[in-house]
Amino acid sequence: MSGHSVEEIKKETRVYVLVFVALAALTVVTVAVSYLHLSVGAAIAVALFIATIKGSLVAGFFMHLISERKLIYSVLILTVAFFIALMFLPLGGYLDRLG
Amino acid sequence: MQIPYTIEERPDTGLYNAKLGIWLFLASEVMLFGALFSSLILLRTSAPYWPHGYEKLNVPLATLNTMVLITSSVTMVMSWASLRLKEFGKYRLYMSATFLLGLVFMVVKAFEYGAKFSHGLYPSIDNFYATYFTMTGLHGLHVLGGMIVIAYLLGPGARMWKRQPERFTNRVEIVGLYWHFVDLVWIFLFPVLYLL
Repeated sequence: MSGHSVEEIKKETRVYVLVFVALAALTVVTVAVSYLHLSVGAAIAVALFIATIKGSLVAGFFMHLISERKLIYSVLILTVAFFIALMFLPLGGYLDRLG
Repeated sequence: MQIPYTIEERPDTGLYNAKLGIWLFLASEVMLFGALFSSLILLRTSAPYWPHGYEKLNVPLATLNTMVLITSSVTMVMSWASLRLKEFGKYRLYMSATFLLGLVFMVVKAFEYGAKFSHGLYPSIDNFYATYFTMTGLHGLHVLGGMIVIAYLLGPGARMWKRQPERFTNRVEIVGLYWHFVDLVWIFLFPVLYLL
């Protein structure tokens, strides 16, 4: 958790409002892009790119990960590694079908 | 015996215990939802035909719900900031708003589910609806769980503010971390299920 003084906390709340505006704007963008009916690959790339930015804003500011203790980062690095492994598991099935 | 490290940081972790506890819990939640996302990828890539989400689901309602959850995340973080500023009145206002927004989310979701059920569309229809109901259902249960804790912190749990304000502020931070995580999951569920 960053700053404890009243001024610092008030500054943080102003950042929260800015993050909210960014999240709302990115939601509009991601919905608008979906109406363009891009090719499957492009649609997935754009949707996940925007979702990742939004997710990073939530995790970074609302969950205040931008200023956290090292131990939490260690836990999350391990989690991300396992999460990525999980996302690539379906690839095994795909390679299987290729023979 | 008093529970240790509810306010002060533990020397070896640099954190109060509940903070480390909630992050370990959220790490397990990442794997829970991750398994479902992974299953969806497997099912979708191996299916000869898979409909686009926007052909089957109500995108405007889901967009509304996305806005509702994002707003609830801001009110949640504001309620925590209010406690750090020792403004209990504002805390109640923001926390009540968070609860109400959670309720709005659930009501909208109920309308969505109701519309599907009225057309005979159940999880057993096909893999598309099976994954849709499983993932949004599990997410909805998380919203419901968060609302129960929020209601407690607005009701009987709020008494702690008078006796141990710092410990109460930490409790609100913890439920906030959980609530933001639930918002974060929806940020990915929304495009993956509805827009692709």
